[in-house]
Amino acid sequence: MAHADIERVEREGLAALAAIDDLAALDDWRVTWLGKSGTASGLLRGIGALAAEERPAFGAAVNTMKQALEGALDERAAVLRAAALADEMAGDAIDVTLPGTRPPQGGLHPATVADRRALQIYAEMGFQVYLSREVETDEMNFELLNMPKHHPARDMQDTFYISDEVVLRTHTSPGQIRAMRAYAPEPIRIVLPGMVYRSEQVTVRSEMQFTQIEGLAIGPGITMADLKGTISNFAGRYYGEDRPIRFRASYFPFTEPSAEVDVRCTCGGEGCKLCKGTGWLEIMGCGMVHPVVLKNGGYDPARVSGFAFGGGTMRTQMLAHQIDDIRHYWANDLRFLEQLR
Amino acid sequence: MKVVWSWLKDYVNLDGVTPEELAERWTLAGLEVEGVTRVGDWWDPALIVVGAVTRVEPHPDADRLCLAWVDWGAGEPHRCVTGAPNLYQLREQGDLPTPMKVVFAREGSVLVDAYSDDPTPKRIKLKGRKVRGIMSDAMVCSERELGISEEHEGILVLEDDAPVGAPIGDVLGDAIFDLDLTANYAYAANMVGIARETAALLGRPFTEPPLPTLGDTAQSDGAGDSTGDNTGAGAGADAATLVAVAIDDPALCPRYTARVIRGVTVGPSPAWMQRRLRLAGMRPINNVVDVTNYTMLEWGEPLHAFDYDRLVARADGGTPSITVRLARPGETMTTLDDAERTLTPKTLLITDSAGPIAMAGVMGGADTEVGAETTNILLEAATFDFVSIRRATKHYALPSESAWRFGRDVPPQLSEAGSRCAAGLLAELAGGTVAPGVVDAYPGPRTNPTITMPIADFERVLGVALPSAEIVGLLHRLGFEAAVQGDDYKDGETLTATAPAHRVDQQLPADLIEEVGRVYGYDRLPATALADPLPTQRDNPRLMQEDATRDALAAAGLQEIISYRFTAIAHESMLDASAGGTGTSSGDETGADEQNGVSSTYVTLRNPSSPDRAVMRRSILTGLLDAAAANRRYRERIALFEVGSVFHPAAGKDLPDEPRHAGLVLLGPGTPGDWRSSGEAQDSVRPLDFYDGKGAVEVLLDTLGVEATFAAGSHPSLHPGRTAAVHVGGEEGAALAGHVGELHPLVRERWALGDEPVVVAELDLDVLAQASGVVRPFVGFSTYPPVERDLAVVVDEATPAGDVERAIRSAGGPLLVHCALFDVYRGEQLPAGKKSLAFSLRFQAPNKTLEGKAVDGMRGRIVKTLESAVGAEIR
Ligand SMILES: [Zn+2]
Repeated sequence: MAHADIERVEREGLAALAAIDDLAALDDWRVTWLGKSGTASGLLRGIGALAAEERPAFGAAVNTMKQALEGALDERAAVLRAAALADEMAGDAIDVTLPGTRPPQGGLHPATVADRRALQIYAEMGFQVYLSREVETDEMNFELLNMPKHHPARDMQDTFYISDEVVLRTHTSPGQIRAMRAYAPEPIRIVLPGMVYRSEQVTVRSEMQFTQIEGLAIGPGITMADLKGTISNFAGRYYGEDRPIRFRASYFPFTEPSAEVDVRCTCGGEGCKLCKGTGWLEIMGCGMVHPVVLKNGGYDPARVSGFAFGGGTMRTQMLAHQIDDIRHYWANDLRFLEQLR
Repeated sequence: MKVVWSWLKDYVNLDGVTPEELAERWTLAGLEVEGVTRVGDWWDPALIVVGAVTRVEPHPDADRLCLAWVDWGAGEPHRCVTGAPNLYQLREQGDLPTPMKVVFAREGSVLVDAYSDDPTPKRIKLKGRKVRGIMSDAMVCSERELGISEEHEGILVLEDDAPVGAPIGDVLGDAIFDLDLTANYAYAANMVGIARETAALLGRPFTEPPLPTLGDTAQSDGAGDSTGDNTGAGAGADAATLVAVAIDDPALCPRYTARVIRGVTVGPSPAWMQRRLRLAGMRPINNVVDVTNYTMLEWGEPLHAFDYDRLVARADGGTPSITVRLARPGETMTTLDDAERTLTPKTLLITDSAGPIAMAGVMGGADTEVGAETTNILLEAATFDFVSIRRATKHYALPSESAWRFGRDVPPQLSEAGSRCAAGLLAELAGGTVAPGVVDAYPGPRTNPTITMPIADFERVLGVALPSAEIVGLLHRLGFEAAVQGDDYKDGETLTATAPAHRVDQQLPADLIEEVGRVYGYDRLPATALADPLPTQRDNPRLMQEDATRDALAAAGLQEIISYRFTAIAHESMLDASAGGTGTSSGDETGADEQNGVSSTYVTLRNPSSPDRAVMRRSILTGLLDAAAANRRYRERIALFEVGSVFHPAAGKDLPDEPRHAGLVLLGPGTPGDWRSSGEAQDSVRPLDFYDGKGAVEVLLDTLGVEATFAAGSHPSLHPGRTAAVHVGGEEGAALAGHVGELHPLVRERWALGDEPVVVAELDLDVLAQASGVVRPFVGFSTYPPVERDLAVVVDEATPAGDVERAIRSAGGPLLVHCALFDVYRGEQLPAGKKSLAFSLRFQAPNKTLEGKAVDGMRGRIVKTLESAVGAEIR
């Protein structure tokens, strides 16, 4: 009889619990069924009516039943709490497609970005940066580079003059002489980045101020084949392995032999407006350092040789990003700058 | 330079080579082809053919037209209506004794619209129509209609042997190469030169054009064999009795040759010569001028023809005597273009007893010019110092084909071939007789050096082992004398080589290495990795500092700009609030000397591109403010920086100092607005101000590892109450590194930057570099609990917070591990002229827990110090 009561209480308690669907009501249920004067405790109060030998078993059964109810209560509470939280979060949902809140964002100038990319590749080949001045003597910019006054090759570089003997450097090459004089007779493997100046009409294609990167390697065993290897390596990374390059003979007073390096045009060689139908785009000039220049730098051309290469970095970037007007670079319009940082 | 394919074939066999292939081969060998133009590749071979005009009659109903019957190799001759002067003049002849070969186009032919004013006229289809009652459904063509040249005065007349009925492309089709030759390839800037080069590159024989002997015995100097016919040779007086030549300075004129050709008839040159000149980009003038131009194009020797009788007249009937000398002070001459020119003393002249007759190598004089009446000619073939020619060309702004060549060093040996070739052609084409002999003043003979070098040097430089026989073979192909002595490749095998006369560029072993490499082909060289050991690798502190500066400022939310380093003094002086600052001032306050336009303060360009880019900047701020103003038009918030050189002339030195500066500009709302802040009141957003600029500078200084102090400072561009001077290098020997501050309102106005604060900073990276690189030792952090205390200090408004903080730190001792200002209060609860500064202090010991009593003691010491040092009251 009494054990049947326990089962009934358990059944009724669980049924009542299952009907509850808010957390506040759970507490009432706990008081009703498990509180000190609750239904379960009421069963124990009637324990005196049992035979003494039955009492322990009855008490244990009631406790077991209470534990079951408590367990059920915890479970029910967890379910209801989870449901409440889910409800709450459903109300907190936001539109994740709205724009994120960015911290104020800065960035580097496109010319800096282009330079760094190239310098990084050269650095991995052991070419370290050598910085050199921008206002130069005519001697450093021309004469020591085998371009005496009135040399026809000076026609190729329209020059800003400060005085008869002082110019704005027309190329980064005067840094070659400065580096050689600083390091001779040690071997050299450097790159010279920087701003150079030409007295040219500013147009869509040409600027009077632009950046250049020039490389120089000097040592006892440096060959033109090494020059080809170095530039091929660079071009493969900078332009992509699938873009063939070619070396064609050219002329610079400070190198001999001299060559121009072309990379296959983006048209794949078909010929287009960009490459003027040739299928190739000029990317840099290069050559073996002229013996006169080696001598001027303090090296013995009979014992050491060297190569030099150089070109504008903006031009390459313009090709890659289809920038149609070089004048964007120093106009400092944020609408340009922010696209390429 | 333009190279004509059909002309080139005179000297080298081009069978099996297309113009495009040749262009590629030249380009790879250094003769850069900028373009290949196919002449007549669009002519319809079935419709446009060689015709023969057999009969010409007047047009029955039109005075200015005639009728021409053209045999084009199919059936009866076809009747055409034409007004071409060179047919019209034959209209009374009827049947022509010799048919005239022309270009005949039938109905349906596509031809250039010769009557269009368009500089690049369209092509139109020929349609039949009646002209004054007579059907015209075919035509004889002018050069313009064929797109060969602008010539439309008459129809194009072909050589008599042109085959009737042949597609016109077979006769006139051609290719024109546009070569962009660098200075060292000037030897190839003529047909003979480019043909030699082509033969060497293709490994085919070169056929040198024969030169007439002219019956004299002057010896050739290797520039051509004296063979060929003797047209018009050697009648009458010897040249030596007709003219005398003297050279003042052999360095300026190593050689001057003169020939006399008598009895010429000036008239048009033959069609073939005119055609070649036109295709090569020159305009035919008359047979005498055309012959000199043609010879220059063929051999590369510029020539000049004088009217000999004018020279005789100028010598008062005596024998003309030519002197090559520099201009005398104040000397003038009238050149061919009828310009009277005052000559500088550095101008090399050809003169006679009456004065200048030509500017050597640059332009002839008007007085001795060859004209229609000329019968006797003095032909000059000379060599001039190329620097002198370049200077004159530039000074008088008279570029020409002749000056271009002389300016790239024409070897004196070439005079021989040039003179002979032109004299022979004058005899042949102008009916002249060449006086025997040549007057040859040759004080500066030149020979190319014999170059001796180890064969192994080719491999040392090129990186490929070429057998000596191959090297010698390549040089032979280029016309060098070359031989090898010794037989051990690595040790002792020696090359001896001498370049042909026309290769004035071949002076050094490196020149030979280039020649061999170039003709061998750079594309055939291997590509190898550098085998030399890596040189010593070194840090580059300047680069690292510049990179760190850029990265720090970009990370702080600023965008890098790069400005022109050029500016104008007036523009930069806008930065000076006390100056006029209209942007057009003369800059007298900045040290510019108005008298001669030279500034001692600015690096000044002698040949600026424009007045607003006339000097190099001294400050990095103008570029930043220009950019701020430009971007302000469509951006509210501006945060820019620039890193780069500025230029300060250095007293007593040729070269200026080039300190590297970093600058920044900030203006606009403190936080970038977005959709979340759109509802907020506009004025609740704090504008960027001094402290934002200072914060950016602090971030930069931290990144660079520089200890700096900020103190109230002054700067001509900045608000006097909102400017900090930044010093580095500690108390002792502190160096000014720059300023940060809000722009002076007057300066702000000049850039039209609105009413809100504009914060700028300019720092000298070279000064910062001296103070950076301090390696700070790691300071361990204590595991014992810190004790926090707040301290509010009331001080005079004028007392800088920095002084208060310094006093706290010095009084706090080593256990004061943190001190930070967290509030500044002014208001009702304080007397006027006072402010309250609240600091949070943290005390912590490395080895024990601090007791409250000890902390109170330290705080007390701080308070006492503040009372005495800055007159503070504690709240
Ligand atoms: Zn292309």
